[in-house]
Amino acid sequence: MAFDSWHEFIWMGGYGWYVWLAYSVTFLAIALLVIHGLLTRKKLRQQAVKMQHQQQRLARRKQQERERSKLTDDTTS
Amino acid sequence: MWKWLHPYAKGEAAFRLLGLWQPWLAGLAVILVTVGVVWGLAYAPADYQQGDSYRIIFIHVPSAMFAMGAYTGLAITAFIVLVWQIRTAEWAIAAIAPVGAVLTFISLFTGAVWGKPMWGTWWEWDARLTSQLILFFLYVGVLALYYAFNDARTGAKAASILALVGVVNVPIIHFSVYWWNSLHQGATVTRFGETLMPASMKYPLYISILGFMLLTAALIVYRLRNEILKQELHRPWALAQLGVEKHHGV
Repeated sequence: MAFDSWHEFIWMGGYGWYVWLAYSVTFLAIALLVIHGLLTRKKLRQQAVKMQHQQQRLARRKQQERERSKLTDDTTS
Repeated sequence: MWKWLHPYAKGEAAFRLLGLWQPWLAGLAVILVTVGVVWGLAYAPADYQQGDSYRIIFIHVPSAMFAMGAYTGLAITAFIVLVWQIRTAEWAIAAIAPVGAVLTFISLFTGAVWGKPMWGTWWEWDARLTSQLILFFLYVGVLALYYAFNDARTGAKAASILALVGVVNVPIIHFSVYWWNSLHQGATVTRFGETLMPASMKYPLYISILGFMLLTAALIVYRLRNEILKQELHRPWALAQLGVEKHHGV
């Protein structure tokens, strides 16, 4: 340990403000990069769910149309 | 000989391979950066000239190194985009550039905060500092070009040309402290294993450098996987990856 107390560690021989500013901004910047990545993944997941619902709706409508046309075919024949 | 590489040009194969690496890269990065930084801040001795202010070195040097390292990777990727037009490489441009830009910002910011008490100024239009600032603008320019076109492939190509031309700046940054009379001190780590630092400062710095290398890789891998998913979202494998079962009829 290069320091005798917590106070000395924070004080950094008078350079505390500079040292801690450098370290906090560094890890804040990296954290923002990580958070941005996680949010993008979350947005992609939401988009995927939306796409799935759309596909389901489309499939259901097609099925209904198929049934309806079958009914009309039966009455005409 | 390189045929085994071909399947990884496809999104899905690349996504899976990167997924295997990701936890190791991220886990080791967190461990090594933590060890390097705690060792450097609390256990390494104070410098006889710079006192405790020099402790900024344990983030300043690694971030500057991989700001340049990431740019070299970006330029190689750009070359692959322009020559072989591999789509995964195009998406990698968008994954590497933001990570490189943030690392460059960190190196500039920590340098300014270190410069204030040691040189008496936050900023000086000196060769090393200016060329590093140009690196930041190059990253921003590459990103701006990438997203400037309606057609993503045109954007990737334009961004690649800038990335490739800009690589000339990397050796300029490296040699700036020798070519010009610079305020910035010379290289701390000259060749691997050779440095002017005592072991008590050298080891935490090396650990931190290794940690930042893995951190850079992990961040790029995560963003590249996001990019692959974004581009292949319409494919069943991508939907399955996101935990959404692809709907097969009714």
